[in-house]
Amino acid sequence: MPETVISAQNLDLTFETNDGPVHALKDITLDIAEGEFVSLIGPSGCGKTTLLRVIADLEQPTGGTVSINGMTPEQARLARAYGYVFQQAALLPWRTIEDNVALPLEVMGLDSATRQSRIKSNLELVNLAGFEKKFPWQLSGGMQQRASIARALAVEPDMLLMDEPFGALDEIVRDHLNEQLLKLWAKTKKTVVFVTHSIPEAVFLSTKIVVMSPRPGRIHEIIDCDLGADRPLDIRETPEFLKIAHQVREGLKAGHSYDE
Amino acid sequence: MNGETFLKDKVLPIGTMVLAIIAIWYLAAVFLNAPFERDQAERAGTTISFSEILPRTMAQERPVLPAPHQVFTELWDTTVGKSITSKRSLVYHSWITLSSTLLGFLMGTVLGVALAVGIVHFQTLDRSLMPWIITSQTIPILAIAPMIIVVLNAVGISGLLPKATISMYLSFFPIAVGMTKGLRSPEVMHLDLMRTYSASASQTFWKLRLPAAVPFLVTSMKVAISIALVGAIVGELPTGAVAGLGARLLAGSYYGQTVQIWSALLMAAALAGILVSLVDVIGSRVNRRMGVKPA
Ligand SMILES: Nc1ncnc2c1ncn2[C@@H]1O[C@H](COP(=O)(O)OP(=O)(O)OP(=O)(O)O)[C@@H](O)[C@H]1O
Ligand SMILES: [Mg+2]
Repeated sequence: MPETVISAQNLDLTFETNDGPVHALKDITLDIAEGEFVSLIGPSGCGKTTLLRVIADLEQPTGGTVSINGMTPEQARLARAYGYVFQQAALLPWRTIEDNVALPLEVMGLDSATRQSRIKSNLELVNLAGFEKKFPWQLSGGMQQRASIARALAVEPDMLLMDEPFGALDEIVRDHLNEQLLKLWAKTKKTVVFVTHSIPEAVFLSTKIVVMSPRPGRIHEIIDCDLGADRPLDIRETPEFLKIAHQVREGLKAGHSYDE
Repeated sequence: MNGETFLKDKVLPIGTMVLAIIAIWYLAAVFLNAPFERDQAERAGTTISFSEILPRTMAQERPVLPAPHQVFTELWDTTVGKSITSKRSLVYHSWITLSSTLLGFLMGTVLGVALAVGIVHFQTLDRSLMPWIITSQTIPILAIAPMIIVVLNAVGISGLLPKATISMYLSFFPIAVGMTKGLRSPEVMHLDLMRTYSASASQTFWKLRLPAAVPFLVTSMKVAISIALVGAIVGELPTGAVAGLGARLLAGSYYGQTVQIWSALLMAAALAGILVSLVDVIGSRVNRRMGVKPA
């Protein structure tokens, strides 16, 4: 049995806003084991981003606890235990692609040789070799997002937290990046927490799908989903795949109608 | 840009404007200077026709509004026509004003940036300093300039520094405001990104806030350098300064030397134009180095 790396116990988070409190997370209990690929799926506003941000110590829960490798989220953040990929690429416009990837490495105080080798290997990993000297605006949206993934990977974290990284991309690019991400995950065996709106994406990538429902944001259902290590894109037409996709869709529906 | 479009996009519109301004200027000169000629004729008991008035309105010694060619002749005589060390050389006076402009601009930029850095990093400074910074600019510079000069003179500081101080007083403001805005311009997402790297405040400053502020700094420097020039000229007025464009303006108005006033004014305008374009060129160089998408 692999070790639990992320463990959330009865997490609660209420935002105090001008229009009154917003109950973004309610009683979230979730364990994620080492090497798992966990997708968070659910309708807009159900707290997926908020949950990811709590894990990343970008948001403080108002109740419950999270532990990451036995550390608090803050300790984990200070130890640079995770790489975070935002919904937008969030590249610094005044830095070239290689300098963007170098940013976290500079912050970490790595020497120039190490930086260079990590930049090279990670840009190759996301198929961006040859674009080192380009500025972000010279790249397509998909390429920018790949650069931001390379940047997160360059930190060599044990964990990747990804918030709808492919949300803004077209289907073809998305399929391609899904395949690449899967290969990457198979190769590096990192623990991944992945937010998505797309059922096929979740089923294709995950070992575990967390279906969430809104107002207040909570976990509706956790669906195990392991389609084996070798997953070509065509797997999405197989009955096993469709069965899980159906289960997720039913879960989403049930979670949603609960609200109306 | 090739030669032809350069002609069409730049030379043509600007040239047309210049010609229009000169034409209006001549008309205004005739209109404003004619009454003097009529008075003269009346006093002498003669009548004077318009065709006689016309050439005279453009050759008066102390016209209400000197004609363009009078001003340009004066400009030519006092720049090219004089040794630059001569007290009558406009180049010499411009240099006096320019040196205190540049010194004041430099001090203003340093002060403005320092204030902005403080304001962005310490909330107490934001609350306590900002109102003072804004108030400082509501006091008319003409009221405060003599006092700065007198006070600094009393403590034994004279010459360049008092004038530069007035330039600084004016120019730190746009820098402080623009730089504060610039340092606060990074998106929340980029700040969160630095947080996920557990970057220190100083790393966030050097790697995120400062580069993000550069375009804001360039824009405010353009404003600051032109008002630094105004500050330097104003600083020359109350001191009875003997040198500088301000001194030329003042001396000109004492003796009714309107031609001298106008040539000093044109010189100041040209200087301002050159300074602003210089900042502009340096600014776009920096922007290009920083990968700003060309327009
Ligand atoms: N900083 C904040 N202040 C106040 N309310 C917030 C804040 N962040 C999120 N919320 C609220 O919390 C709820 C959950 O937001 P969250 O961004 O986690 O949703 P999400 O599941 O990621 O949605 P989406 O799929 O649209 O990205 C929403 O109702 C949102 O309005
Ligand atoms: Mg979200």
